[in-house]
Amino acid sequence: MPSRSSRRIRRALSSGALGAAALLVLGACSSSGPPPASGSGGVSGEVTVFAAASLKESFEELGERFEREHPGTHVTFSFGGSDALAASITGGAPADVFASASPKTMKIVTDAGDASGTPVTFVRNRLEIATLPGNPDRIGSLKDLTRNGLKVVLCDASVPCGAAAKKALDASGLELTPVSYEEDVKSALNKVVLKEADAAVVYRTDVQAAGDKVEGVEFPESADAVNDYPITVLERSENTEAAEAFLALVRSPEGRKALTGAGFLAP
Amino acid sequence: MKAQDFPAVPRRRRRVSRGAPLPLLVPALIGVAFLVLPLIALLVRAPWRSMPDLLTSTEVWQALRLSLVCATAATAVSLVVGVPLAWLLARVEFPGRRLVRALVTLPLVLPPVVGGVALLMALGRNGVVGRLLDDWFGVTLPFTTAGVVVAEAFVAMPFLVISVEGTLRAADPRYEEAAATLGASRFTAFRRVTLPLVAPGIAAGAVLAWARALGEFGATITFAGNFPGRTQTMPLAVYLALQNDPEAAIALSLVLLAVSVAVLAGLRDRWMTAS
Repeated sequence: MPSRSSRRIRRALSSGALGAAALLVLGACSSSGPPPASGSGGVSGEVTVFAAASLKESFEELGERFEREHPGTHVTFSFGGSDALAASITGGAPADVFASASPKTMKIVTDAGDASGTPVTFVRNRLEIATLPGNPDRIGSLKDLTRNGLKVVLCDASVPCGAAAKKALDASGLELTPVSYEEDVKSALNKVVLKEADAAVVYRTDVQAAGDKVEGVEFPESADAVNDYPITVLERSENTEAAEAFLALVRSPEGRKALTGAGFLAP
Repeated sequence: MKAQDFPAVPRRRRRVSRGAPLPLLVPALIGVAFLVLPLIALLVRAPWRSMPDLLTSTEVWQALRLSLVCATAATAVSLVVGVPLAWLLARVEFPGRRLVRALVTLPLVLPPVVGGVALLMALGRNGVVGRLLDDWFGVTLPFTTAGVVVAEAFVAMPFLVISVEGTLRAADPRYEEAAATLGASRFTAFRRVTLPLVAPGIAAGAVLAWARALGEFGATITFAGNFPGRTQTMPLAVYLALQNDPEAAIALSLVLLAVSVAVLAGLRDRWMTAS
């Protein structure tokens, strides 16, 4: 008991010291719910999952399934750019599970000693070009994106989708000046959904999730920039059992089915 | 006896007001600590050794210059339309005035991201008005520096309007009436009498609006996107730096803090206390 309360105090102190910075990162989607009910027996209580923005649709589906399979549990998600999530986890954000869109961002968390155990790769994802419905600009390749007058949006290189896009562009020797470097893959995609941009380089899964609001164009260079998605339970988790159970669901056959159904590749 | 007692009363009162009671002093000090501690923590955790390298990078200067230029432009926009708007609200009776005032100050309480989304819906390439701008003039605001100014003006102008309206209400309208009896038109009276009268209030409002525009983040990143040198202002640079280089984020934050403090300190004596 004393170790737990002192841990809580330490956490409160460290998150207090981070102050504005942590608030900024957490933004509106801070998930500081009530502390999890400490169930001694089966799986119950609150599970907070920090996950890459690209996992939104499939993880929400898995979250509902998890709550159905384990009555008395509640899964809260915080989706965002993997790097922003990693920064808030190392800053003391109360999360139980972290699923990142790249090993590089996961390394931020493991280096800080915030991961419990070794992260495992659970899916992989490749890039695709999202264009306006019907592809009015007739974009057929990565090179077409460099055309004059085309408004293209990329993810910022600090987030995995941006790093992957940069890798694909570098590999093909293309210079692409976008109109904006967005902070995560969903905001890049949404600039096309809102028709503010003509195209965006996003994940295949995001194109699929957007349905007929965008049209996907595959490009061969995306094979050079496939992202591994690692997942881990976090060291500070106060509900390790439920966190492990959620991770097990993600890696289970039905979890994999949901993820590949959303367009992810098996690891 | 009574004559001697009398002056003692105000003296005792003064002594009482000087010493603050503990139930007020403690929360007040906690309040100060709460507001100042994060700023001190920023100084403590600052990577002083690598500061010179971090701060001389072209990206930082680009972002800082863009921030200053856009905040100033947004303040100018706010002055041009905000001062007449404040005058209208303070001096003209019209139906629905209270509703208009509420609507005008709505961006004050609106989350800036919501403001950014609303701006996209209105002025985006596919927006209600933006579509016409694009069709008729080929002008699109998202992803441009002008878009940053628009986003900043949207969130900053209410500060100016509120400040100026308050000053106008406090100013005696009889000066304007006197000017009118001497033959001045209403606009001349505004220009020659009202404007000089409320100048300190306008200046205070402009400083507030400028500071708010300088710190604007949510509406900017939503409406104008993020591109170094064009739409990436300091707050955006700080946010993105925090994701992969926290030290750089701290350094950038310090610059923004220093600029804000310098501006407030420099203008306070001249403007803030004058009103």
